[in-house]
Amino acid sequence: MFGSYGEDLLAGFGETVLVTVTAFPIAFVIGIVLAVFRISPVRPLRIAGRLYVDVVRNSPLLLIVVLLIFGLPDAGLLLPLFWCFVLGLGGYFGAYVCETVCSGIRIVDRGQIEAARAIGLPFRRVLTDVLLPQALRAMVQPLGTILINTALGSALGAAVGISELTLETRSFNLDTAQPVLAFLTAACGYLAINLLVSLGVRLLERKARVLR
Amino acid sequence: MTTTDTQPLVRLNGVGKSFGETKVLDGIDLDIAPGEVVVVIGPSGSGKSTLCRCINRLEPIDEGTIEFDGKTLPEEGNALAELRADIGMVFQSFNLFAHKTVRENVTLGPIRVRRRSKQDANRRAGELLARVGVVEHADKPPARLSGGQQQRAAIARALAMDPRVLLFDEPTSALDPEMVHEVLDVITGLAAEGRTMVVVTHEMGFARRVADRVVFMADGRIAESGNPADFFAHPKTERARDFLSRVLEHTETRPAS
Repeated sequence: MFGSYGEDLLAGFGETVLVTVTAFPIAFVIGIVLAVFRISPVRPLRIAGRLYVDVVRNSPLLLIVVLLIFGLPDAGLLLPLFWCFVLGLGGYFGAYVCETVCSGIRIVDRGQIEAARAIGLPFRRVLTDVLLPQALRAMVQPLGTILINTALGSALGAAVGISELTLETRSFNLDTAQPVLAFLTAACGYLAINLLVSLGVRLLERKARVLR
Repeated sequence: MTTTDTQPLVRLNGVGKSFGETKVLDGIDLDIAPGEVVVVIGPSGSGKSTLCRCINRLEPIDEGTIEFDGKTLPEEGNALAELRADIGMVFQSFNLFAHKTVRENVTLGPIRVRRRSKQDANRRAGELLARVGVVEHADKPPARLSGGQQQRAAIARALAMDPRVLLFDEPTSALDPEMVHEVLDVITGLAAEGRTMVVVTHEMGFARRVADRVVFMADGRIAESGNPADFFAHPKTERARDFLSRVLEHTETRPAS
């Protein structure tokens, strides 16, 4: 059915997975750092965090990615195309992670933080024993959504020459003129990733609920 | 030691604090002796809660000094955390950790701060929870307990640290009326043990029964203080007379409990 293209499509699927699992941790780290900026007592940091999130969330993902691919070399940072793209995705979805982390932290009642300080827990323990366990529980679902969006967003790699699933699908279609088969196959690939993510989120959420 | 008999455990010296333009504490001088039960009363907004929260520095102060056991309270950081471990606090809204069981709420401080073994901490938590009458709920999340039970668990959490002074910030104000007495009974029992306590409350009957000294606050100042029998029978200031006539009149019009 796919002839010699089967292998290419599979490789494209692999590349999509690789881009996703590389970009999401980057987004996660950027998001956490931005969230710490946003709740920090230092005003310039708060403003910088706010500015980043507002600018990035109000720009198309493609624009960010293209800007990085051409902008980073101009700035003297010569990275392989793969890393430019992954950084673009990570930087973009990092803004969403930041919002998720901030709202997760806001969910935790201020009184509990005071109670933790009142029994003499040092700042680090207040974070790890009281604040983060509750904030993270509230974040599982929205973080899963961001992971899915990162996988879907990786399709933009086709526009900048990353040999991921969408690009391979397009060349398969260009050579064989079977658009329905080609893009249904690609859709199945993305669906598989997203079902897997949803399943993981559900398992994690169940675990969190048992602990409650 | 003979010095502990004469030296106050907590000493507030010219303490002042403002929220923006409003001065919520103004020139507060207050010594609390070891074993003394000080009950702070006064109208809403008089600064009594803020006073209570300043003693363990949950609220930083703008003026004056606060000493605990002869040492000035440190600024933020680990030294302050260590000192807070010796000052127990019970909040108006209980503030139990929602993601932990009642027992875990009580053992967290002893394990993390006092470095007790988990086994030790659990045994002690069992004793304390039995004492406040909620041991059968030890393995439930706090949300499953009634307000009165949650507040008693919160008292057990404070006691688990073996604090040298206990602060109660309006401990019954968030409770349904029928649960007030069960919490006041526990606090009364603690007072009878000779613990050093500061209790901010609107419960006048409790203040009269339990206080060694009543402190009446108005407009961020200590308007008057003295032993409860004198204070309730012959308040010296106009503010106190006015306040007492309002709250006592209100109490009398309620059905007898």
